[in-house]
Amino acid sequence: MEKPIEKYVYLENVGMKFVTKKGTFEALNNINLSIDQGEFVSIIGHSGCGKSTVLNLIAGLLEPTSGHLFCAGREIARPGPERAVVFQNHSLLPWLTCFENVYLAVERVFESETSMQLEARAYAALKLVGLTHAAEKRPHEISGGMKQRVGIARALAMEPKVLLLDEPFGALDALTRANLQDELMRIMTEKNCTAVMVTHDVDEAVLLSDRIVMMTNGPSATIGEILDVSLPKQRNRLALAEDATYNHLRSEVLRFLYERHAKKAA
Amino acid sequence: MSVVPLRKEGLPMQSKTEEKPIESKPGMAAVQIVEDKSAVKEDTVASIAKSSALSKVKPFMQWLIPPVMGLALLIGVWSMIAAVTKGLPGPIVTFEAAVKLFSDPFYINGPNDQGIGWNILNSLERVGLGFSMAALVGIPFGFMIGRFEFLARMTSPIISLLRPVSPLAWLPIGLLVFKAANPAAIWVIFITAIWPMIINTAVGVSKVPQDYMNVAKVLNLSEWKIVTKILFPSVLPYMMTGIRLSIGTAWLVIVAAEMLTGGAGIGFWVWDEWNNLVVEHIIIAIFVVGIIGLLLEQSLLLIAKRFSYE
Repeated sequence: MEKPIEKYVYLENVGMKFVTKKGTFEALNNINLSIDQGEFVSIIGHSGCGKSTVLNLIAGLLEPTSGHLFCAGREIARPGPERAVVFQNHSLLPWLTCFENVYLAVERVFESETSMQLEARAYAALKLVGLTHAAEKRPHEISGGMKQRVGIARALAMEPKVLLLDEPFGALDALTRANLQDELMRIMTEKNCTAVMVTHDVDEAVLLSDRIVMMTNGPSATIGEILDVSLPKQRNRLALAEDATYNHLRSEVLRFLYERHAKKAA
Repeated sequence: MSVVPLRKEGLPMQSKTEEKPIESKPGMAAVQIVEDKSAVKEDTVASIAKSSALSKVKPFMQWLIPPVMGLALLIGVWSMIAAVTKGLPGPIVTFEAAVKLFSDPFYINGPNDQGIGWNILNSLERVGLGFSMAALVGIPFGFMIGRFEFLARMTSPIISLLRPVSPLAWLPIGLLVFKAANPAAIWVIFITAIWPMIINTAVGVSKVPQDYMNVAKVLNLSEWKIVTKILFPSVLPYMMTGIRLSIGTAWLVIVAAEMLTGGAGIGFWVWDEWNNLVVEHIIIAIFVVGIIGLLLEQSLLLIAKRFSYE
């Protein structure tokens, strides 16, 4: 395998201000982050700290008010198929079947291909998340976990270079969440794709990531600390529960969130 | 062994099996319990069937009685007023007139004396034409207003100014421009029907969830795909509301417009019968207009349900 490209996703002095009715609100200040190819990075922080803003900036849905963002050496100016997003609330179009939802994404990315090839791609993506049986169902006919699987399939079908996950399992119950986390781990090893995930779940962050970016509280939030997760890949949640390194990392993140950057009761 | 699951199923029998002496053979006990259970089953099936027949009739009656009482009240009040008012026909006279009228709905004795069927069809045709043109113009226009804020702000004063105007005020302008009564009436329907469609479509477009628009951006969809796969389906319910409101008011206004323009039509017919002093026909017309309005509304609701994706 060729050597992974360093600084594959690169954020340089990124700042973000929003103009609101009450005046300007500085959400992010001086964010510097560099992600290598194939890395899985989690962004964790209290709610309202602007972690989703960071993700939307990388996705190209927002433009930074200062600083620059790069992906694969090119400045990010708008959303692009090399950066696919899995949204928190799955955002499937309710009037399309699961298959059609995925197809809509592939159709645009692989415009030169025949419809046979495109259909094969959409089916392959649904197969990857184990949902071929629900292909013809509409989103309201399937469970929340299945919807999020379709959301993941839609993102992966685009064959992105970077997968952006915005609290992908936040709205799911604990058991479904664990299931999908395992699934995601399997898929990410298979695809060897770079990923950035926003989460507020400490266990999820430690289990899935190579590095955890911990953000300070807003306004003017920035990166407080970056934690290297020195656990071998192919992790098993049961084995890890007893693992000393895992528990140490876990308490590191907890200490950051609840001691040094505790959020005042809202 | 086989007793245990059976006992669980045949719960009402529980006390009986408990009384059984322990030394009795399990097989025997089982048979007895099975027999008992089937007896219980028959009993319950019968009672369930009985109560389900009753439970179907009862809600139906509860559903039926209030509207029937309402209609009875209407007819009662009407008969009372008719009894004390000279010249106002009561329900029975009107009903007899209606039977006579509807026994020959499609006759033509010259332009001003046609069957009720022709009058209704003429009115429906005007409403249909005016309404279709309003939809053809209003819905795309609503889409554009919803999609481009500049256009919305540009047209907002015009819409706010013109919308509250009674559609009949546009009739003279129609007569002047088209130099004929029939196109002028269609023009009035057009003006009536267009506002709800423009406004509801525009509101629908502006209410498209930001999530879907983000999906469109991330998937980098073309403007055509955005319109066909995201905007149109998500605006459709709003559009159907606009269409429903439009056709409702259009049907309201056609009676008034036809009273002024003449020609065959239910509105003209009402005015003609007033001139002939056939009051029972006017009352029949009121019912006819009401029933057709109701049918239009209900059929559009059915269509709207058909397009609902939930």
